[in-house]
Amino acid sequence: MLTVSMKVNEQAVSGEVEDRTLLVEFLRENLRLTGTHVGCDTSQCGACVVHVDGASVKSCTMLAVQADGCDVTTIEGLTNGAELHPMQQAFKDNHGLQCGFCTPGMVMSAIDIVNRNGSGVDEATVRKELEGNICRCTGYHNIVKAVQAGAKNMGG
Amino acid sequence: MAENGIGANVRRKEDHRFLTGKGNYTDDLNVAGQTHAYFVRSPHAHATINSVDTSAAAAAEGVVAVLTGDDLAADGIGPLICGVNVTSDDGEPHRAPVHSALAQGKVNYVGDHVAVVIAETLAQAKDAAEKVEVDYGILPAVTATASAADEGQQQIHDVAPNNICYNWPFGDKEAVDAAFESAHKISSLDLINNRMVTNAMEPRAAVGEYNSGTEEITLHLTTQNPHVHRLVMSAFNQLAPEHKLRVVGPDVGGGFGVKIFVYAEELVVGWACRKVNRPVKWTSDRTEAFLADAHGRDHVAHAEMALDENGKFLAMRVNTTANLGAYLSTFATMVPSYLYAFLLAGQYSTPLIYSEVKAVFTNTAPVDACRGAGRPEATFLLERLVDVCAEDMGLDPAEIRRRNFIPVDAFPYQTPVVQCYDSGDYNAALDKALALADYDGFAGRAEEAKSRGKRRGIGLSSYVEACGIAPSQAVGQLGAGVGLWESAQVRFNPTGNVQVFTGTHSHGQGHETTFAQLVTEQLGVPIENIEVIHGDTAKTQFGMGTYGSRSLAVGGVAIAKACEKLIEKGKKIAAHALEAAEGDIEFADGNFIVAGTDKAMNIAEVAFNAYVPHSYPEGLEPGFDENAFFDPMNFSFPAGTHICEVEVDPDTGEVEIVKYSAVDDFGKLINPMIVEGQVHGGIVHGVGQALLEGCQYDTDGQLVTASYMDYAMPRADNVPSFDVDYAPTNPPHNPLGVKGCGEAGAIGAPPAVINAITNALGIKHIDMPATPENVWRAAQSAG
Repeated sequence: MLTVSMKVNEQAVSGEVEDRTLLVEFLRENLRLTGTHVGCDTSQCGACVVHVDGASVKSCTMLAVQADGCDVTTIEGLTNGAELHPMQQAFKDNHGLQCGFCTPGMVMSAIDIVNRNGSGVDEATVRKELEGNICRCTGYHNIVKAVQAGAKNMGG
Repeated sequence: MAENGIGANVRRKEDHRFLTGKGNYTDDLNVAGQTHAYFVRSPHAHATINSVDTSAAAAAEGVVAVLTGDDLAADGIGPLICGVNVTSDDGEPHRAPVHSALAQGKVNYVGDHVAVVIAETLAQAKDAAEKVEVDYGILPAVTATASAADEGQQQIHDVAPNNICYNWPFGDKEAVDAAFESAHKISSLDLINNRMVTNAMEPRAAVGEYNSGTEEITLHLTTQNPHVHRLVMSAFNQLAPEHKLRVVGPDVGGGFGVKIFVYAEELVVGWACRKVNRPVKWTSDRTEAFLADAHGRDHVAHAEMALDENGKFLAMRVNTTANLGAYLSTFATMVPSYLYAFLLAGQYSTPLIYSEVKAVFTNTAPVDACRGAGRPEATFLLERLVDVCAEDMGLDPAEIRRRNFIPVDAFPYQTPVVQCYDSGDYNAALDKALALADYDGFAGRAEEAKSRGKRRGIGLSSYVEACGIAPSQAVGQLGAGVGLWESAQVRFNPTGNVQVFTGTHSHGQGHETTFAQLVTEQLGVPIENIEVIHGDTAKTQFGMGTYGSRSLAVGGVAIAKACEKLIEKGKKIAAHALEAAEGDIEFADGNFIVAGTDKAMNIAEVAFNAYVPHSYPEGLEPGFDENAFFDPMNFSFPAGTHICEVEVDPDTGEVEIVKYSAVDDFGKLINPMIVEGQVHGGIVHGVGQALLEGCQYDTDGQLVTASYMDYAMPRADNVPSFDVDYAPTNPPHNPLGVKGCGEAGAIGAPPAVINAITNALGIKHIDMPATPENVWRAAQSAG
């Protein structure tokens, strides 16, 4: 067993892990942060997207030990109180979620898309960049609307 | 209309927890003392099991138990069942092979369950599973639908000669044949309805706990119908008596049919937690989901239409082979029979229809309901055939549909295939869809695309489906083992807030919001004071769950009926308190009013009086809490026209959907925002089937498409945004005037997309999925 230490949602955390433990397993099992989901085993679905040092990462593609010393943000860390992050609010306002299972990964990817493309990001770019997040419920229509609305909200 | 009531785009009550990572899905649950289960699965499609040696696995680190089919049988756990009878053409019931949750002597598909390892950690369970030694005697596999029943094929089950589950003819063959004899023209088509893997994003999971003090098993499951799971596991699998089994479906990450069924894994977890007297958790990984979730569709069919000289349909004849997989899943038999052949009339007044369905066993995963279940198969066949008819007759696809539509004044309309449609206006939906799609401007757009080397095509699909499942008497006559009513309990608490218990289950559909809208509309209680509760057999009275777009059309009516009972009781309480005659009390906007006066009492005050009945009507029970059951009198029949416009690159075979217009008749909409979301999702499910998704087994029965690397799910960049509108009619038998909307897109979309591609390329047909390779080949041969 190895000891890893990192910052998760602005809290310093550490834990014992096997060398094969994935970051998503560390988050879900050790820290009980179950908002980050696992929808596949080939790093395709994107339900497990978190931010590591400010960039979106599929947490099933990263070992927990690789995140040692990193700054990790999960869906639980986007907001502290009742107030939603502007992207979360946009998903709610635009009915960008149904069953909610892909939603945390979608929101985390969406914020990263806006961080890289700005508040005026166009539909084609959003669709292209969401290629790594699979949703079976929404048909993407309202997710794309939500990301563009959230981008505007984030831009102030 | 009440604020936040019927017709309002209320933002969903459930969203906050999902958006903040506080959803409560089955795999999120961890119980003290929990063990982990991992299944040893067959790597062979068809093999005898000569021996299973579990000794090395049992001795491995952390292993609590290794259990096999023999242990299951010794404990008297019954086989998995199929709940709907279909009578074969020899007068005998469909052939039903024994389906043990853990194999006994033989495996019949890759992924079939051989043993289960239970260990302290998942990693230990997986490691030990590698040590279970199984000696297989490999047999030839049967995988192809069309040839499964051929002479000389390998036999899979002794009880099913020629691998036939049933042959099911329906209709007046002689009359249909005679109509074909004298027809002006006969159009025909061979087509495949491609096999799909349903792929709800949350994989299946189960957590079982046994309380040795109360002898109660609690199973948290990814289920669309907790009470059905409890009923089947109690009555047929002898897991535990119904009153000693609690099934909880917490937040469930999508269903689409795949979480209706009683599977081996969930049953084994329920049994094993008692056997090892420890909580047991099992979560499917995606590969296991591909291998062992029930799949959908998988038909091979030949269809013919007899036409007169005006393009009127005289008769239709359909021959279908349906693959049911290796065993019968819970509702497998009814999907290619009652849910398929009874929809073959579509929106048309075709007077005569004859259908033969041959359902076959193969060495593939069981096949059962997947979003639409039978109705997408019927609609794809019919709407493709109608386009072939249009081409053969030299008619525009819109025109031939118009000539054959059931006219608006013909409702209720008795089709020749059992269903009696209660309402519809098919021309209205078609007209609106043609306008939305700018059908008249298509020629210009096609010309412009041609100048860029692209080929544009436009395709129509005018579908009707039967949902709001279902009148118990009707399904009972057909062979279903259950009734399909729904139940509700609406309970006021003394402080005036309301808990609504429904027997339906929400796994993305937004019931917590839609049902609260019904109650706020009817009772006038603010929506924030209404909580909708579902998914726990220990909380909700009973229910049949969610599938077949039934939750609002059946479950919603049960809620409305419970609310009516509360209003009736409230009138008595208010009359007493206000010193008026009961007949003088009116109820509106949450207030009981003495007619013609300003004397009134809010429903929350009435509720308080009912629980603190210090001054109360004599003989009236205290409490403000009512139950209702609703059994529909008919199915509901959503319908509409979807129009897809594509641009095909003949050099690459790539298909771009450039415009998609949908006009649907769902009756009254409670929350239009949620309904539109259901339409979008359904369309993309259908687009996935049409363009991307094709589940493939090789001839040895290995699943070639067992991951998202190999099975193409629709992604955000595969689809456009959609134009959605409505052409509602009022279904007279539904007290809320609603029809159901969850499956329509998946039913309407596949033929619209394929009709657009055949139109673009000028070809008769292309099978789904119309991948770039398939389209490129078709484009090359079309020239």
